[in-house]
Amino acid sequence: MRLIHIRKFAKAGLTSLGLLLFCGAYSQEDDLLALLGEDSTTTTYTMATFKSTRVINMHSVESPGTGVLDFRISHRFGPFSSGANNLFGLDVASMRLGFEYGVTDKLMAGFGRSNVNKEVDGFLKYKLLRQSKGLKNMPVSVSLFASVVVRTTPWSDPERKNYFTSRLYYCWQVLVARKFNEKLSIQLAPTLVHRNLVTYTSEQNDVLAMGAGGRYKFTKRTSFNLEYFYVLPNQLTADYANSLSFGFDIDTGGHVFQLHITNSSPMNDKGFITETTGRWDKGNIQFGFNVSRMFTIKRKPEITE
Amino acid sequence: MKKIILSIFLATVAITQLSAQKYFTKDGSIKFFSATKAENIEANNNKATFVLDAATGQVEISVLITGFVFKQALMQEHFNENYMESEKFPKATFKGKIEDLSSVKLTADGSYKIKVTGDMTMHGVTKQITVDATLNVRGGKISVDSKFGVNPKDYNIAIPDMVRDNIASNIEITLKGDLQELKK
Repeated sequence: MRLIHIRKFAKAGLTSLGLLLFCGAYSQEDDLLALLGEDSTTTTYTMATFKSTRVINMHSVESPGTGVLDFRISHRFGPFSSGANNLFGLDVASMRLGFEYGVTDKLMAGFGRSNVNKEVDGFLKYKLLRQSKGLKNMPVSVSLFASVVVRTTPWSDPERKNYFTSRLYYCWQVLVARKFNEKLSIQLAPTLVHRNLVTYTSEQNDVLAMGAGGRYKFTKRTSFNLEYFYVLPNQLTADYANSLSFGFDIDTGGHVFQLHITNSSPMNDKGFITETTGRWDKGNIQFGFNVSRMFTIKRKPEITE
Repeated sequence: MKKIILSIFLATVAITQLSAQKYFTKDGSIKFFSATKAENIEANNNKATFVLDAATGQVEISVLITGFVFKQALMQEHFNENYMESEKFPKATFKGKIEDLSSVKLTADGSYKIKVTGDMTMHGVTKQITVDATLNVRGGKISVDSKFGVNPKDYNIAIPDMVRDNIASNIEITLKGDLQELKK
């Protein structure tokens, strides 16, 4: 009787020892984090699809972020074809000064002034969708863009009845971009430009165009950029060309320098889309740059989300 | 004899169950602070995962780099894009072990100063480090906090000359978490 009991308990003891060893082995397992399962509860938003709020001339899907002022100085020199006497265009410069502010993380507002035609532009850009993966999967980022330009040059014919509205130009864009990987980002921009007054009757007041651009990062802080605007036929006179630009971005921290070669000298949106006169095949192209300096005006009071 | 064997058996079962216990949190906080004469930079992440295996003293921590929130949006972008390269290296992890686990009794209330040694991986570089931490046990609840320094250079995080004066060579990391039992 006694023997049986001992045997029984010995067996139980062995079993529990076995269990202990088993559990010991189990807890030796390396990947504790794997026990918790994959992180599917977070959404990772893609950031920095482009280094700046511009690809070259065209707006990118990016905005400066809440409370950040982007002060932009943009220059386009004269055409290379103007010859050595003009230092291949460097003697002349058209420029735009811009003050652009991140009202929220999604909304930015800005204004600028260009010396060509003495134009003042104002715009709003809103981040509608952000590329993301994880809990929320979104293949592209989408921003909506709207701008208005006021031309303030004196009336060409002050004798006739002139309306203020004749000075106004509008531009609407849907910016669709995808950051394919760390290096490559591509953006498409269906565009509508409306001009209240045009020079020739053969020109359309509403101009439809499709913009395309992209960047390829060489290093963490530099990238090669390309941008093209295709204006649908029979809207502009033959004097105008499609805008084509090649650029190089250098990010130094607070500054982004964008250097480029382009056939467009206007720097506001309706300008380079519908008023580009330079032709690549005739050498009417120019060197230009944008300098963007970011100032943090308002910091987040608390960094806890 | 019978009673002794029985009590050994029960004790064995009890230990077995206890030793299988693991504790975790998915809302751990990791803060970093870089202090220089030029400026102070801080960022916070409240979505860090900590796991502690009470039986072996194994500790694992994982955190998404993109989850660090800065006061300045631009800094946050640069942190991810230019320094941590979060697209390439999305997570920072630590896998280590509590040294002299025997002095820690997670079943009794108390505060334990511990040393944890293990591998820290970030920006694609793995380094062995030893950090001091405190385990607090209150009414069956375990919380952990730790403070230690990290040198960006050790993890191949290049800092350009232009901003060298703005980023500390020893960045202070503060880590806090309230752990709960992992039921599985």
